[in-house]
Amino acid sequence: MAKVTMTVNGKSVSGDVEGRTLLSAFLREDLNLTGTHIGCDTSQCGACVVHVDGEAVKACTMFALEAEGAEVGTIEGQANADGSLNAIQQAFQDHHGLQCGFCTPGMVMSAAALLKENPKPSEAEIRHYLEGNICRCTGYHNIVKAILAASGQDVSAIAAE
Amino acid sequence: MPKDGGIGASSKRREDVRFLTGKGRYTDDINVNGQAYAYFLRSDVAHGKINSVDTSAASAMEGVVGILTGADFEGVGGLPCGWQVTDRHGQPMQEPAHPVLAQGKVRHVGDPIAMVVAESLEQARSAAEAIELDIEELPAVMDMKAALADGATKVHDDLTSNLCYDWGFVEENREAVDEAIKGAHHVTTLELVNNRLVANPMEPRVAVGDYNAATDDSTLYTTSQNPHVIRLLMGAFVLGIPEHKLRVIAPDVGGGFGSKIYHYAEEAACTFAAKQLGRPVKWTSSRSEAFMSDAHGRDHVTKIELAMDAEGNFLAIRTDTHANMGAYLSTFAPSIPTWLHGTLMAGNYKTPLIYVNVKAVFTNTVPVDAYRGAGRPEATFQLERVIDKAAREMGIDPVELRRKNFITEFPYATPVAVEYDTGDYHATMDKLEEIIDRPGFAARRAESEANGKLRGLGINCYIEACGIAPSNLVGQLGARAGLYESATVRVNATGGVVVMTGSHSHGQGHETSFPQVIADMIGIDESQVEIVHGDTANAPMGMGTYGSRSIAVGGSAMVRAAEKVINKAKKIAAHLMEASEGDIELKDGQFTVAGTDKSVAWGDVTLAAYVPHNYPLEEIEPGLEETAFYDPANFTYPAGAYACEVEVDPETGKVEIQSFAATDDFGNIINPMIVDGQVHGGLAQGIGQALLENCAYDENGQLLSGSYMDYAMPRADDVPFYQVDHSCQTPCTHNPLGVKGCGEAGAIGSPPSVVNAVVDALQSAGHDVTHIDMPLTPARVWSAMNGG
Repeated sequence: MAKVTMTVNGKSVSGDVEGRTLLSAFLREDLNLTGTHIGCDTSQCGACVVHVDGEAVKACTMFALEAEGAEVGTIEGQANADGSLNAIQQAFQDHHGLQCGFCTPGMVMSAAALLKENPKPSEAEIRHYLEGNICRCTGYHNIVKAILAASGQDVSAIAAE
Repeated sequence: MPKDGGIGASSKRREDVRFLTGKGRYTDDINVNGQAYAYFLRSDVAHGKINSVDTSAASAMEGVVGILTGADFEGVGGLPCGWQVTDRHGQPMQEPAHPVLAQGKVRHVGDPIAMVVAESLEQARSAAEAIELDIEELPAVMDMKAALADGATKVHDDLTSNLCYDWGFVEENREAVDEAIKGAHHVTTLELVNNRLVANPMEPRVAVGDYNAATDDSTLYTTSQNPHVIRLLMGAFVLGIPEHKLRVIAPDVGGGFGSKIYHYAEEAACTFAAKQLGRPVKWTSSRSEAFMSDAHGRDHVTKIELAMDAEGNFLAIRTDTHANMGAYLSTFAPSIPTWLHGTLMAGNYKTPLIYVNVKAVFTNTVPVDAYRGAGRPEATFQLERVIDKAAREMGIDPVELRRKNFITEFPYATPVAVEYDTGDYHATMDKLEEIIDRPGFAARRAESEANGKLRGLGINCYIEACGIAPSNLVGQLGARAGLYESATVRVNATGGVVVMTGSHSHGQGHETSFPQVIADMIGIDESQVEIVHGDTANAPMGMGTYGSRSIAVGGSAMVRAAEKVINKAKKIAAHLMEASEGDIELKDGQFTVAGTDKSVAWGDVTLAAYVPHNYPLEEIEPGLEETAFYDPANFTYPAGAYACEVEVDPETGKVEIQSFAATDDFGNIINPMIVDGQVHGGLAQGIGQALLENCAYDENGQLLSGSYMDYAMPRADDVPFYQVDHSCQTPCTHNPLGVKGCGEAGAIGSPPSVVNAVVDALQSAGHDVTHIDMPLTPARVWSAMNGG
């Protein structure tokens, strides 16, 4: 066991972990931040995407010890200070960008990372960026639409509700 | 104008807030104090005789709480099958035993052999590696037709063969169909495979078993679409726990698509072990385990023949299908290729004679059961593919051939035992042709060709039987369960409403759409209505969510219970206003007396029900809470028309979807936003089946597509924005909401559109290709173009 210290959602946290403990497991089991989900075991699905020092990272691809001293952001820290949904979260609700909700935390975290590096992405750029996030419910239509809307682009011409 | 509340409004989903902030409560988020962790040692061979399972060294390892094997479950029941199909000779299907953990033999890769329970998952896994197995590998039974040959290796030694059943439907029509086909002007024949799929909800399955020795109560937290069904099956048939001593909780569930209907071994094992070991026991499936333990879907091999007269009128259909059951019968497996498949072979067309033959076969593969659509996609695919092929052979436009044969008068009794109540297939096709700008296709094709691509347009129809279903009918067909739904409507003293429903929401948005109905009925705000589901301790006995049944059956139960509540409330209002009950009207949350200006508010009446000082106690009881069980008179029949345009790269065979349009008739719609979303998701799954997904085994029964590295899930850049339209509405005639259900349509209707489009593209370039089996990978399309 080794001691690890990091900042998660702006709060300093520490814990004793094994060398093999994944960041995803540390967040879920040690910190009880269960919004980070585990949907696969090959780092394909993206349900566990978090931010580490501002970069989108699949938390299942990183050991907790590798995040020593890092700034980690999870879905639990995304809402506005007053508890209201942030612009991306709100766009997901407004445009029905989620159904069962299981892939949603990873989608929101990936969307945030995308908009940080590309504030007005095209539809094609969004679809390409989300290759590492699998959703089985929405058919992606409303996820892509929500991200376009969150970036301030007009989505009224996109088919359907 | 869009409504801002109630039926027909695109109310935003209230459940989204918890999901978007990481506050959902999925089963893996639940930890019970003192829990130990389970790991299942699974077979790595497809078929083998278990000579011994030696757990002695493993049991002594650090952290091990206990190890259970098949022998530990000899005193309890096996996993039950919920549907008995009768074969075409009147004999019951062959039904093998399905032990919780393997006994005597292992029958598929992933078959659980031992359950190791330890203080940590890592310890459980390490101990599992120390279990000494002596398994004598046997030849794997993989190919369905070979499995039925004389002398074939048997999956189950105690059965007479690998044939589960040989089903004929309608058996009395067999000779008449043969005659009609023999004498027809033209017969189009198509042989095809409906590829095996894995449902793949993003949340893997989880089970947490807990036992309270002081009260003798067992609790199971599980990822289920139907917790009451699990309580009944596991309690009554496996573990012998009476229902009042067993609570099953399915909290937030991360998608199901059918795969979380069934009662699985791990649920029973965790519940059993919790009592045996005196510790709560938690099991979380890895994705790799999910691929080899979640029930798979589809896997049919079919030959279909369509007989026509010289004008293209359909005269008869004959089909011959082999349906893979896998190694054991999953909960509803036998019903899928029969009653959910054969009964849909009329499609949207007035074909007078139909005969469906299905041979269900045991193989050394994971059990196959319902996956989104379940039987209906298989029926739709073969029918809509053979019609497309027939149109080319007859030189008739594929849409015109369909229109010529559309059923236009309702109710319509098909020759395959179901009666469609309503529909308007021309209307959905008209709308589709308008949306897709069919006349503009030639120009779009020319543009693609100028870019070196082949362009194709595929159009098809679908119909499905949903809202599953009348209990007395399904009972005659072999179901061992009723298929009603239940709801309790509890009105609180201050007027708020809680609905406890037997339906289960795992993405469908019931927490939002169900209150829209209640809000309309009473005239209160949706925010005054709360939905409770997913816990057998809180909801009345319900059959759960599958078969696009929640709003049609569960919603109807809720309406019936609410009607009882309103009728009682009217009695109270009549008493308060000293009026006749027959004169009381409820609108906008106010009870009024017809023809007067007297009124009393909803909240005053509900308060009177719980503070009955001025109350007709001699006539009615205090309180305002009613339960209803709704058993529908018929299935519902959503139907529609779909179109797909593709570009094919002739150099690589790569298919790109250019557009996809869906027009569906779902009858009345409660929340259009949610309905559109359901269709979008279904379309992606159907496109996935058509282009990407394939659950593949090698000839030895090894699972080749055992992870997301090998099983190609549709991703955001594999699909387009969809055009969906639900403006054609012929309300269901036999449920109170006039709704038909929308959950499965997208997955049912879309695969033939994609394949029709690709074949169209290839034919436009002169390739004599009439069919390619799904998934239409670049390799398969390229091979088809190049004579492979």
